[in-house]
Amino acid sequence: MIMEVLRSILKKPATNLYPAEKLEMAEKYRGELKFYPERCIGCKLCMRDCPTGAITIRKVGEKKFEAEIDLGKCIYCGQCVDSCLKKALEITKHIELAQLDPKKLKVVFGHEQAGESPEKPSQGAAE
Amino acid sequence: MHNSKEFKIPIGPQHPALKEPESFSVALRGEKILGVDIRLGYNHRGIEKACEERSYVQDIYLIERICGICSHAHATAFIQAVEEIAHLAVPERALYIRTLVGELERVHSHLLWLGVAGHEIGFDTLLMYTWRDREIVMDILADLTGNRVNYGINSIGGVRRDISPAQVKDVLKAVDKLEERTKYYIEVATEETTIIKRLSGVGVLAYDDAIKLDAVGPTARASGVARDVRRDDPYAAYDKIQFNVITDTHSDVYGRTVVRVKELMESYGMIREILKKMPEGPIAIKAPPRRIPAGEAISRYEAPRGEDVHYVKSNGTEKPERVKVRAPTLANVQAVKHMLKDRFLADMPIVIAAIDPCFSCTDRSIAIEDGKSRKKNVMTWQELHDYSIKWHRERGFDPAEINRKFHKTMEGK
Repeated sequence: MIMEVLRSILKKPATNLYPAEKLEMAEKYRGELKFYPERCIGCKLCMRDCPTGAITIRKVGEKKFEAEIDLGKCIYCGQCVDSCLKKALEITKHIELAQLDPKKLKVVFGHEQAGESPEKPSQGAAE
Repeated sequence: MHNSKEFKIPIGPQHPALKEPESFSVALRGEKILGVDIRLGYNHRGIEKACEERSYVQDIYLIERICGICSHAHATAFIQAVEEIAHLAVPERALYIRTLVGELERVHSHLLWLGVAGHEIGFDTLLMYTWRDREIVMDILADLTGNRVNYGINSIGGVRRDISPAQVKDVLKAVDKLEERTKYYIEVATEETTIIKRLSGVGVLAYDDAIKLDAVGPTARASGVARDVRRDDPYAAYDKIQFNVITDTHSDVYGRTVVRVKELMESYGMIREILKKMPEGPIAIKAPPRRIPAGEAISRYEAPRGEDVHYVKSNGTEKPERVKVRAPTLANVQAVKHMLKDRFLADMPIVIAAIDPCFSCTDRSIAIEDGKSRKKNVMTWQELHDYSIKWHRERGFDPAEINRKFHKTMEGK
């Protein structure tokens, strides 16, 4: 007991100064989804398997698809990633998804933004 | 002295001592409890019905959310039933991974319980210690499965994630650390006089009563009933692993503490053995079926709190026809009633906490039956609303009138 007390006096704080210092998530942590429109073939298996109906695949042109992911509905189970035959979906470690405006929780991954990760929804999170 | 007077006090549905909404109506004489009436239904979420409207794949994640603590228990029990109906041969390695996650979950659940029990008896140091150590196992679970709770490790016919040699090393390291800490808790539980005096003789459930009331899990084992599904009806890889069923003869809350702490030590041994014996090979069957042939199955699983029973009936489509869940708390709730009888009111929080209750797992819907015609009826939201207004009016309280007054004052400002 006394040893515990002494150790606690000398130890640095157990908590992190959160917004400044961020904790590293586990290697395969299930966070925000990422969609690669160029790989999607529009089979909609992900829509069928999603437990909450958070993902919607829309046809926007000849063999072109975009995905709308409702981050408020998503339970981050990653089943859509497993279901996808063409690996068009990927799970990322990104977890800071809080929003004040519910509309911002709906993220659309279209062709025009392809390649660049949708950083937009995350910016308001820390404020 | 007020001892001669009998009175009833309601504890819950909303009460600071309860973690979840549940109604206990306690009949008291002085400080002594004469009887307890437990009414379930405040936490009902209709998961069983919702399962019938979703496919098997979606149900795994829904079933997993029955309980936040023993999510793997529910998911595995469900998936075992589905695999039994479809006659799927699950790869050996998948079974070992399921068992591993199951045991890690038991470790985290028992550590959590130990902290809650410490908190209920005012021993908050224990809460801080155990919950700090629980972080170790939570981190391991997040690393192995991808989430701290609701692991989502199961899929039909296997598991979704493999375990790498580096992860094996991490788990072993964590287990070593936890074992060292648990030895300290055993010391605390067996030598600390505060704990022994506070918990001994509280919430007694004799061996005969435990059998009669069908107690399960650590509650039954603390009364000397060696009842453990892992040994009685082995599932996953439990038939290949050595372990002892821990029992205790104290039959009270102290006994339940001892059983849980000792079970932690058993779990560490099992985790090491699983990692040593884990065979190489695939982790899931190729192309799991979406349609499950018609049939029915019952699956049992020893959750950290006790035996969890799932019943699944399929009809050859993508969706189950019926899913029924019997959570361990439902089996133990009658035992709580018995334990509380003739005890003091002050013992109530720890006695209820000692079965490690999960009321949201347990909750059932209530069908209203007409006393005369024996007709069951279902109320719509509007009917229920009208009924409640009528009920209050008959007792001289008009919610509509109060509502009007309230709006008037608000507008006046």
